[in-house]
Amino acid sequence: MPDMSFGDAIRMALAEEMRRDPRVVLLGEDVAEAGTTFKVLKGLVDEFGCTRVIDTPISEPGFTGLAVGAAMAGMRPVVDIMFGDFLALIMDQVVNQAAKIHYMSGGKWKVPMVVRATMGASRRSAAQHSQSLHAWPSHIPGLKVAMPSTPYDAKGLLKAAIRDDNPVIIFEDKISYTKVKGPVPEDDYVVPLGVADIKRQGRDITLVATSSMVQVALGAAAMLEEIGIDAEIVDPRTTWPLDEKTLIESARKTSRAMVIDEGYFRYGVTGEIASVIAEGAFYDLDGPVRRLGARHVPIPFSPVLEDVTVPTERDVFDLARTMCNK
Amino acid sequence: MSADAERFVRMYRQMVAIRFFEERVNDLYTRALMPGLAHLYIGEEAIAVGICEALRTDDYITSTHRGHGHCLAKGASPHLMFAELLGKEAGYCKGKGGSMHIADPATGNLGANAIVGGGAGIATGAAFAAKFLEQGRVAVCFFGEGALGQGVLYESMNLAQLWTLPVIYACENNLYNEYTHCSETTAGDMLARPRAFGIDSEAVDGQDVRAVNTAAVRLVERARRGEGPGFLLLDTYRYRGHHVGDIAREYYRSKQEEQEWVTGRDPIALHRAWLESKGLMGRDAFERIDVEVAAEMDAAVEFAMKAPYPDPSRVDEDVYA
Repeated sequence: MPDMSFGDAIRMALAEEMRRDPRVVLLGEDVAEAGTTFKVLKGLVDEFGCTRVIDTPISEPGFTGLAVGAAMAGMRPVVDIMFGDFLALIMDQVVNQAAKIHYMSGGKWKVPMVVRATMGASRRSAAQHSQSLHAWPSHIPGLKVAMPSTPYDAKGLLKAAIRDDNPVIIFEDKISYTKVKGPVPEDDYVVPLGVADIKRQGRDITLVATSSMVQVALGAAAMLEEIGIDAEIVDPRTTWPLDEKTLIESARKTSRAMVIDEGYFRYGVTGEIASVIAEGAFYDLDGPVRRLGARHVPIPFSPVLEDVTVPTERDVFDLARTMCNK
Repeated sequence: MSADAERFVRMYRQMVAIRFFEERVNDLYTRALMPGLAHLYIGEEAIAVGICEALRTDDYITSTHRGHGHCLAKGASPHLMFAELLGKEAGYCKGKGGSMHIADPATGNLGANAIVGGGAGIATGAAFAAKFLEQGRVAVCFFGEGALGQGVLYESMNLAQLWTLPVIYACENNLYNEYTHCSETTAGDMLARPRAFGIDSEAVDGQDVRAVNTAAVRLVERARRGEGPGFLLLDTYRYRGHHVGDIAREYYRSKQEEQEWVTGRDPIALHRAWLESKGLMGRDAFERIDVEVAAEMDAAVEFAMKAPYPDPSRVDEDVYA
């Protein structure tokens, strides 16, 4: 099985689904010839043409709203939101329309659409091109939210999202597009939404990590191993549905849990997951569930400032060491 | 009776049905039998009826918070609508949507929307799908002039014209954005807005059901032929308040203004006078329609009143498909 980049796995997933289902179309800014600003979709327009890989105006609410209606009327649109920060622009279409139409109509209409959005800091892109806003849609009933961390998961989760009859928001870490590589089968597989994956088995502490933070946790685990701490890394893969069972079982096994996520620390994903673990594993824990997330500041531009805003391997290592009294 | 004459009579009956429906909604509210509020379409009936008469059953519409008229004109059952308004299991949305969210795939109703301008993207997207899937369907986006303040409407019109989508934007200008006159909220010329995109646009007397129908037929046929979107600016008037509870209205509009529309420009009275003048219907026929429609609406209310509420255990159903 060949190693493939995270970005290439996403392109592979889209191409496979577009071959399988002629109702799948891609909509977004510079998705066709440019293949997006990150080149993730490069080449798709050559195979599927500009009637299915559709360059839109810079008009996120417009083309996202259009995707909602198209999905209701029989299409399977996949919307590309270049920077996850632009989620703020499409919130009405996603939150008040897509998320609620199935319920408000008593189950009569469905909105099978996918929003692909990016996330992640450390590209020196400052406050409006660097946020990780996946907590927002995770808060809303009617939406599903996926956060792949590996090329394998990226392909499988995206294919599952496209086949799902609900609106699914999938967050892709920008740095991972080229930096993260891994094995990706050529066959037609999906990763079901709502099933966590144990990225590393361990005995001493559970590190729950999402998206970009899985790589950070893996790096920290290697450092921890050198001082005799055996960390288990659990990747929820979707923030909703959330595989609470796997998270709780891991914490009960290791008796210590830390949650690491690139979103803002306050009122975010780490708080939710920590409470799930605290409620489900309280009597098996040696201490409180601890959390690491983005500092409560707009992401700054200067490298020396940006580098202290999101959790690092060292941050995870230091906190885990404290928790394990080593 | 010729096909044209049948159409004129049908449109009359449909307008009466909407008015009688809404009068019963108001009655249910004032007798405290209906939960929440409702926004009545009384006075604006000619728009929904004239436009929906130009549509096929499988054509799409999006509706608004003031949506009962659109839903009925598109073919919704008063029984299931009243059941929904009362929050009953038998309602169109199993009681989960209420007055502002009636939706019905069987009649192409993509749903009423409680976000002003909320239907713009959806209708445009349905038109996109209709074109992509080569179904020959069109979509009509109903909205009030208040939605002219919403950016997504302009983004949608831009996409519709760029991609030659079969969608008609029907702007019901009833003069009031909730409690504020549109002259206080809307700069410039309303019709210049769609025209700036190159959209085929037309101003129509929204109280004249035949004029509305003629304009709608032209734009719908054009859209169906693949010639792109249209825009109708329909002058009309909301006889009642913004919602059923908006009774003391003098602070934003005069009783004299209301009376002028009710006595001089009522869409049902105008169409009735025309039908009489053409000898298409006489007093007996009008009375028969009144009696039949009243009986139908009373039966619908009775059905809804007797229908059971959903079991509370169903609250978690239909969140996900």
